[in-house]
Amino acid sequence: MGRAVGIVGVGQTHHGKRMEISYPDLVREAVVRVFEDTGLSPRDIDGVVSGTMPSMMEGIALTHFYFADAMQAVGKPILKTETCGSTGVSIAHTAYYWISSGMADCVLAVGHEKMNEGDAQATMTTVVEPFYQRFFIAGAPGVFSMQSQMWAERYGIPQEKIREAAAHISVEHHEAAFANPYAHMKIHVTMDDVKNARLITYPVRLLDVCPTSDGACAVIFMSEEKAKQLGRPVAWVKGVGYRGEEYFFGDSDKGVWQSAVGAAKQAYDQAGIKNPRKELDVAEVYNPFTFQEMLFYECFGFCDLGQSPDLVLKGVFDRTGELPCDPSGGTLCTNPIGATGLVRVAEAALQVMGRAGDHQIAGAKLALSHAMGGVDQFNGVMIVGSEL
Amino acid sequence: MAKEYKTLKTEIRLPYELSYGPVWTRFFEGMREKKIYGTKCEKCGRILVPARSFCPRCFVDTNAWVEVAQTGKLTAWSYINYRYFGMPTEPPFIGALIRLDGTDVDFLHLLGGIDLADLDKVRGIVHNGMQLKAVWQEERIGHILDLEHFAPV
Repeated sequence: MGRAVGIVGVGQTHHGKRMEISYPDLVREAVVRVFEDTGLSPRDIDGVVSGTMPSMMEGIALTHFYFADAMQAVGKPILKTETCGSTGVSIAHTAYYWISSGMADCVLAVGHEKMNEGDAQATMTTVVEPFYQRFFIAGAPGVFSMQSQMWAERYGIPQEKIREAAAHISVEHHEAAFANPYAHMKIHVTMDDVKNARLITYPVRLLDVCPTSDGACAVIFMSEEKAKQLGRPVAWVKGVGYRGEEYFFGDSDKGVWQSAVGAAKQAYDQAGIKNPRKELDVAEVYNPFTFQEMLFYECFGFCDLGQSPDLVLKGVFDRTGELPCDPSGGTLCTNPIGATGLVRVAEAALQVMGRAGDHQIAGAKLALSHAMGGVDQFNGVMIVGSEL
Repeated sequence: MAKEYKTLKTEIRLPYELSYGPVWTRFFEGMREKKIYGTKCEKCGRILVPARSFCPRCFVDTNAWVEVAQTGKLTAWSYINYRYFGMPTEPPFIGALIRLDGTDVDFLHLLGGIDLADLDKVRGIVHNGMQLKAVWQEERIGHILDLEHFAPV
């Protein structure tokens, strides 16, 4: 790793259906908040990196130009990083690389999406070519459901148990979202509500799936020297990992998702983490689907393969459990895709800075954040800690 | 109640002409003749389907053509019960990964040929490892949907 890098502050919009505001103003809402949060101003920023899902989402290409003013990027180097669902973590990685390399001291990272302005499912299909695979991915849920089915069957997890565990996750996260002022879906759901919800792509039902959200997130990264001058809590980047897989869905094993395993391992090696379940205090796992969240727990080494449903049902990953996962309500309750990965990073940073408010996990010192994307080809991880 | 602001309804329609190149052209010509073609990587020995111009792992050209079996085993499936832009048929339908006999990767397509109206009945029939065979459309145009679906043997 290069120079030490810290997160000094975050700004999020109130996520939801935001048809009352234009897209640039939505982005600005997050940017204004990160400046308010840090006390910094645009003149302190050396460079800006932003990103979204594919531009078809809102029908406007290369939005980093459209939002140059809203991000106060005029006269500064500006980059766009785009890796589909994992965009938000990739933006954070880009900001990290920029500072770690010594080329900048202070970088503004902004992720944004306004999914309600277009056809999110149709946009998702354009991630895949129209020769072979576009018809069959079912706007993303189809392939993710197949992956969950493959995993459950491989480890002989009974359908009833995995259904119960997925419902537990849905209830827990929907409840958690009430403590997060920025979360989109704030609804009380019961186990029966989840299990009887409308079927989307078996085994996934409506309450196993994230909503379609509008939102933006802004995070300021700083070099060690500059961050320490601020005299405020800093979330230090302890490890970053990213992995991609082959393009064709059937080419790689999705039952043990190698890009998730590899991305986590790279980040753990940098952070010196040997036993993630013991050493991590909280994790913000990218979880647009309840079933997939369990697969991630296993790929990240939180438990053995095939074991996660049992541990979910024991409450190990609840807010009061051994390793709380997604105390913000997670992607399941809020998913403005281009912002979502950066929201995971921001939430992890808030936790280790002790500034997560009503959803603070007491004493959190080390946190994992994660996002996946493209359609299911990429995984990225960033680990942050309260100590350098 | 909050004031509702205006929205702009707009649309982009863009025509594209995407190149198949020689390998994919041959694969889709095969589809028209009810044949499924793969290519073999002579370095790692894997048979890849659909046919590729190069092996994604070894990064060498794959010039050895193989007509692969039209039978195989189910690797994973999902019962799709919602409508989306570009769907191949009206829901419900089943998306499936199929390991065609003698090949080394899974082929993404549809599982059909059974009554799909009742999910519980479907769950009683469909299981990973089940034997499937290709079912073709009567009229074929050199397209991935020339294969109607894979049906239980």
